[in-house]
Amino acid sequence: MLQVEGLTVEIDVPAGILHAVSDVDLHVDQGETLCIVGESGCGKTMTALALMGLLPRRARMRAERLELEGRDLVAAGRQQLAALRGDRIAMIFQDPMTSLNPVYTIGNQMEEIYLRHGKGSRKEARERAEYLLAKVGIAAPRSRREQYPHQLSGGLRQRVMIAMTLMCEPIVIIADEPTTALDVTIQAQVLHLLSDLQKEYRMALVLITHDLGVVARMADRVMVMYAGQVVETGAVEDVFAAPMHPYTKGLLDCIPVPGKTQPGAKLGAIPGMVPSLVGALEGCQFRGRCAYALPACAASPVPLRERGPGRASRCLLDSIPNAPATGPFFAGVAR
Amino acid sequence: MTSIETIRLDAALGRDSAVAELQSPSPRIVMRRRALTHPGFLFGCAILLLTILVAIFAPLLTSYDPFGQDLPHRLTPPVWSPKGSWAHILGTDGLGRDYLTRLMYGSRISLTVGFGAAAIAGFIGTSLGLIGGYFGGRIDAIVMYFVNVKLALPGILVALSLISVFGGSVAVVVVVLGVLFWDRFVVVTRTVTQQVRVNDYVTAAEAVGASRLRIILGEILPNVLNQIIVIASLEMAVAILVEAALSFLGLGIRPPTPSWGLMISEGRNFMFFQPYLVTIPGVAILVLVIAINMLGDGIRDITAPEGRN
Amino acid sequence: MSGETILECRGVGRVFAVRSGMFTANRRLRAVDDVDLALERGEVLAIVGESGCGKTTLARMMLGLLPPTSGTILVMGRPIVEIDRAEIARAVQPVFQDPYSSLNPRKTLASIIALPLDVHGIGTGAERRRRVEELMELVGLPSRLLYVYPSQLSGGQRQRVAIARALAMKPRIVICDEPTSALDVSVQAQILNLLQDLRRELDLTLVIVSHNLAVVEHMADRVAVMYLGRIIEAGATASVFARPRHPYTQTLLEAVLTPDTSRGLPEFVLGPGFPNPLDPPPGCTFHPRCPRAMPACSSARPATLREGGSLVECHLYDGAAAMKAG
Repeated sequence: MLQVEGLTVEIDVPAGILHAVSDVDLHVDQGETLCIVGESGCGKTMTALALMGLLPRRARMRAERLELEGRDLVAAGRQQLAALRGDRIAMIFQDPMTSLNPVYTIGNQMEEIYLRHGKGSRKEARERAEYLLAKVGIAAPRSRREQYPHQLSGGLRQRVMIAMTLMCEPIVIIADEPTTALDVTIQAQVLHLLSDLQKEYRMALVLITHDLGVVARMADRVMVMYAGQVVETGAVEDVFAAPMHPYTKGLLDCIPVPGKTQPGAKLGAIPGMVPSLVGALEGCQFRGRCAYALPACAASPVPLRERGPGRASRCLLDSIPNAPATGPFFAGVAR
Repeated sequence: MTSIETIRLDAALGRDSAVAELQSPSPRIVMRRRALTHPGFLFGCAILLLTILVAIFAPLLTSYDPFGQDLPHRLTPPVWSPKGSWAHILGTDGLGRDYLTRLMYGSRISLTVGFGAAAIAGFIGTSLGLIGGYFGGRIDAIVMYFVNVKLALPGILVALSLISVFGGSVAVVVVVLGVLFWDRFVVVTRTVTQQVRVNDYVTAAEAVGASRLRIILGEILPNVLNQIIVIASLEMAVAILVEAALSFLGLGIRPPTPSWGLMISEGRNFMFFQPYLVTIPGVAILVLVIAINMLGDGIRDITAPEGRN
Repeated sequence: MSGETILECRGVGRVFAVRSGMFTANRRLRAVDDVDLALERGEVLAIVGESGCGKTTLARMMLGLLPPTSGTILVMGRPIVEIDRAEIARAVQPVFQDPYSSLNPRKTLASIIALPLDVHGIGTGAERRRRVEELMELVGLPSRLLYVYPSQLSGGQRQRVAIARALAMKPRIVICDEPTSALDVSVQAQILNLLQDLRRELDLTLVIVSHNLAVVEHMADRVAVMYLGRIIEAGATASVFARPRHPYTQTLLEAVLTPDTSRGLPEFVLGPGFPNPLDPPPGCTFHPRCPRAMPACSSARPATLREGGSLVECHLYDGAAAMKAG
């Protein structure tokens, strides 16, 4: 469905060029869920915005290949992209309050998408809006249609957002942290809805999140990003069972898991923080926080290595040792 | 693993992990960088600074007395006109006083009125705005009542009548304008205060037992200050214009004190034959007011809060 | 745990007047309703619930920032309303959720952390400076960050500053309102570890307000679950998590997404969204969403059942159903 190769996003900042996304390859098939996971500043949102053609004006984007249903988007003009946006590929944002326009009714906003893409008449648009509102589990869709975003709760707003993205029957949905702003019980319901609709309409779903629980339950495949790069990718079971990149392993060790981590025990925090993305990239981006770093890690950029069918890792190590106690790490600490 | 290694590993994974890598340069450096690349700010700063220097060093910059009449040389045109001379670069007025000298001394009036009125208005308005915004409720309602009463007053008319009662000294003009132009300070300070007070750092200060005065002055005021400076610059420009207008109407500064507004008023009689008598102080007012406005805009841009990232 | 109670809520309630219109009477919002809690020295108590359940209001009352409208809060045995503001500040300190809004952007770390010392006039300038450096070391910040502004720090570093400020007065109790939910996963672990260490070293008593049950299980000795202003279940964390009794607690626990790839999304039935707190449902406030609601639930409020250190408020356990049936 969606095929991306060599996606790079650069932003000019006073101090130089910020490499927000560096050489990202990704693909997602019909009915498949790809989770992009990473922490703030890892480039996951920038990747999504680039796919949607919604990057801020200061950002420059390059891609070797960018295809939607076999159609080349690199060559496509701005207008063609705008025509696809909301029609074949649609996006759900983290905060539905800021992505819904407060001065129009939700019905208005939903129908507007339908009409803009010339899908049918005003009457058909209204019927489809009502149908989809019911579909996403909103009671009394006819009266809800007349309401304004502020009259809805957070969970309902996110449901409306989902209904809105479905107006033109897109084949790819990109959801950026769709449940982060919601309460836990609502989160599970919204994820359920998303996954049911995806199955029903056989859509490709790109789910961007920092929550490994969401990844584990939703994803078919997972792509871990760090400092603008893909550091590990593979089927979700494989990645969670045996992470190949120290960052992935670190992330999995960080979260307390009921029934698994000993309450009160020390969590395996990843020391330090994300490096600056401004300026030329040198060596492995993670080496400053890595418990297994070797001198070679600083020498040259580490390539993403194929490590099995559909599996790749951006690490020089073939396997992660169990006890992190190597020399350079302590040398770094002593300094 | 030996125990020492365990401890070091522990330290590496826990406490020491807060490493001191800084995400961005200090706000001071960011502001300096923004200031040096902001043409409006630089222009405004340069003009205002120049005017201030001229006002301070006027006696050193000219050998003429601003009040010294020289009737034989009255209405000498400026140096660029055919009959002009370098003796009087900007010519002389109807009483033969050197126009450049009067312009320089006049800047003292404009700046005093501008700074003085803005300071008085700023003090009154900021205090009321902080109090109304921080306490809210009934106290805020009282503050807003004052503002509404003030807005209902015809400012210029009140200024005219007050000055005609108390006389047209510089001090009276400053006080009257200061007391009349504080409403915008209240509105802006109050709104920003309402936004700032809901921040957790205000709650944190309350939780350590800080007094209200300390919270308002120590926690809230620094976050409102940049807005106050912007408003102050606007009000300063307005005060300079109003002083000129009042003086022009003969109700502000009394002759023979050189005020730019008064100079225009006095030049009015000769406007068709000696237009420079009106245009020169007019341009001076225009340039100073524009410079102050650009400076205000610049300060707003430079001190704008940074994005979170 | 020594068994010494250092903070106690007795029937604490808080009602807010909500202005609904110019000509209609103010409506009453019961944010916290009849809460009993006892905090023992050295323990970690978690208050759990969804947004709007009153947990933040309760925390503000425990900090002495908001007087309760009913009931009393006792700090070390004395009613909080009778204690001097400064004295409460020395005993109880907060750490907030959002480290971006909890630090004044116009102040340096030195002056942020020294604020409590300045307010209470503790020590000379040099002594305060030394104490600030000590505190920074305690939370893992190098002293060369002394004159840096918050905008230069990452979220995790800022949260450390907030913790250092809270510890400046050597408080007995620290109330953490969602201390890690605004942070990245890897940083969250750093902060949780830090809180654990500090608690042990400084003999702190922690109250953690959170909606993240994984964090709660990891950190807390005891847990209190709130729904619409009331504590509907409380007890030792291990036993509540192993055998949740209230259907709401059960649902909350089911809704936790553990990183377990062999399981799909949790299946649970939960009725319509969170009720309007201005117009709470009659009887048990949870009944419109409860998968196990009975006729009695919509009419009568369940009794509060206390048993040892645990508490539950549900008709499944108070015999109301049995009475009706019998």
